[in-house]
Amino acid sequence: MSDTFASDSAESLGILETLVRPAVSRAGEREAESTSAPMVTVNGLGVAYGSKTALEGVSMLIPERRITAFIGPSGCGKSTALRCFNRMNDGISGFRISGGTVLLDGQDVYARGVNVTALRRAVGMVFQQPNPFPMSIYDNIALAVREHERGISRSTLDGIVEQALRQANLWDEVRDCLTQSALSLSGGQQQRLCIARALAVRPTVLMLDEPCASLDPISTGRIEELLLELSADYTIVIVTHNLAQAQRISDKVGFFLMGRLVEFGDALQVFEASARPETAEYVRGAFG
Amino acid sequence: MTARKAASTLFMGALWVAGLVAVIPLVLIVYYVLLKGLPAVHVGFFTQTAPPPGVPGGGMSQAMWGTGLIVGMATLISVPLGVLTAVYLSEFGRGRLAVGVRFVAEILLSTPSIVAGAFIWALVVVAMHSFSALAGAIALTVLMWPIITRATEETLRLVPDELREAALALGVPRWKMVLRIVIPTAGSGILTAVMLAVARGFGETAPILLTSLGNDFLNTNPLQPTDAVPLRIYNYAQSAFPAWQTLAWGGAITLLGAVLVLSIGARLLSDRQQRRLG
Repeated sequence: MSDTFASDSAESLGILETLVRPAVSRAGEREAESTSAPMVTVNGLGVAYGSKTALEGVSMLIPERRITAFIGPSGCGKSTALRCFNRMNDGISGFRISGGTVLLDGQDVYARGVNVTALRRAVGMVFQQPNPFPMSIYDNIALAVREHERGISRSTLDGIVEQALRQANLWDEVRDCLTQSALSLSGGQQQRLCIARALAVRPTVLMLDEPCASLDPISTGRIEELLLELSADYTIVIVTHNLAQAQRISDKVGFFLMGRLVEFGDALQVFEASARPETAEYVRGAFG
Repeated sequence: MTARKAASTLFMGALWVAGLVAVIPLVLIVYYVLLKGLPAVHVGFFTQTAPPPGVPGGGMSQAMWGTGLIVGMATLISVPLGVLTAVYLSEFGRGRLAVGVRFVAEILLSTPSIVAGAFIWALVVVAMHSFSALAGAIALTVLMWPIITRATEETLRLVPDELREAALALGVPRWKMVLRIVIPTAGSGILTAVMLAVARGFGETAPILLTSLGNDFLNTNPLQPTDAVPLRIYNYAQSAFPAWQTLAWGGAITLLGAVLVLSIGARLLSDRQQRRLG
C-alpha cells in the first residue's frame, strides 16, 4: 500500500484517486450489476382527501432490492404516496384514489378483494416516531408473528425473534433482557426494535417514513448502515427530509413537490445533474 | 408591597379559601357519620339481621348481602355492555349511530335516579308481578352503564394512535388490534371506570326503592324482593327507635367507607395509568 502511495505510476494515481474521493454517493456503485426488476409500479396515481388533492399523476418504478428515497419539502405528498403502498391511508376519512394504479409485484394493491392484512405483512412500515408496544421486547416482535403463524411453537418463535433482532443489529444489546419493557430502550434502540418487528413477519418491501427524524446522529448512522445491509435482501423505500442521508444511502430518488412527482431517477443523476430546475433548486437548498 | 404582589397574594388566598371550603363538607360528613355510627359497628352488625323494633343491637347483614347481590348483578350486566359500547364509540363508530349512542349516554348520565327506578318498575316489576333484586339490578344498570361507557371511551381515546398504526402496519386485523393492544394498554383506565360506576351503584336509593322494595330477612333469590343498605338507612332513619337510628348511622358508615375506598382506589389506579402512558 505504501509503495502505491509513493510511486508515480498511472495505476497508483488511479488508486489514490479512489482513496481520496469522498464517498458522498453510492449511486454509481451498483450500476455494474444487472438492473433489477420493478417491485412496485406506480402509474398515474392520484389521491384526494375529500375535495383536497394530495397527489396527482405520480408514476414511477421502484426497483427491487434497492433503496429508493422520496425527498421534497413538507406536505408535498411523500408520506401519502408511501402509505398508498400498504393501504395505510384507508382508515383516513375522505381518502380516495382519484386515478391510477399501484402494482406490487404486478398485482393491483387496490383491486377488489385484496387481503389487506396480507398486503401489510408483505409491505412493512416503520414510522417517524418509534412506536413500540408497551410490552416486553420479546412480545413486541412476537405479537404479529403469532398473528400470522398460527400455532407456532415457542422454540420456533424464539428463533424468529432472535433472527429479527440480529437483522436489526439489536440482538447483542438486548439478548439478556428480552423480558424488559420495550419502553426502557433508548430512542435509537426503539427504532431498531420497530425495524426488527417489521422484519419478523418476513416482508418483501420495507418502508420507512423519516425513521431518523427524532434520533441523534450516531443512532442515525447506525440505522443507515443497517438499511444498506438490508437492501441486499429487501426492497427499501425511505421518505427523508435529510438530503445528505438520501445521497448517502439511496440508489433511486423521487423528488415530490406540491403533490406531483417532479423527477425520479438514479440518485447520482438527480443530485448532480437534475433534469428539472425545481429539483436542482431543492437539492441545492434554495427552498424546503 | 407593590399593588401587583398584593393582588397576587389576595388571589392566592382566595383560591386557598375556596379549596378549604370545598373540602370542609367532606371532612364534616366523615366526622359526623363516624361519631354517630361507630357505636353501631361491631361484629354483630355484619352478621346479624334486622332486630325487632326497640331491641338494641342487631345488624344489617341481610342488607349487605342484598346490596352485594343487586350491585353484583348490575355490574355483571353493565360492564360488558358499557365496555363494548365504549370500544364501538372509540374504535369503530364514525357515523350518526355513534353520535346518537354517545348522546344517549350523556342524557342517561344526568337522569334523575328515581326516574330510572320508576321506568324499570313499569317495565320489569309490573311484568313480573313482583319486586325483585333483578329489577333493582336492571334499574342500577341504567345508571351505571353510561358512566362505564363514557369513562371507558375517554380512556380508550387516550391510547396513542401510533400504537394502533404500528399494529395495523404489521398486518394485524383491526379487531385483534383493539383486543390485543388498545384494551390492554387502556387496562387500569377501564377498571377505574368500573369502580366509579360501582361506587354510584352502592349509594343509589331511589331506583331500588321502587324495584327491589326491601326485605327484613336474608334473601338470595334474585327474583324476590331483596334488602339493600341504602333502603335500610332510609327506613331506619325515619323510625322512632333509637336502636334503629343507630343502625342507620352504622349503615351510613358502611356505605361511606365502600364509596371512599372505591373512589380513592380508582384515583390511585388512574394516576398509575397516566404515568404508564405519559
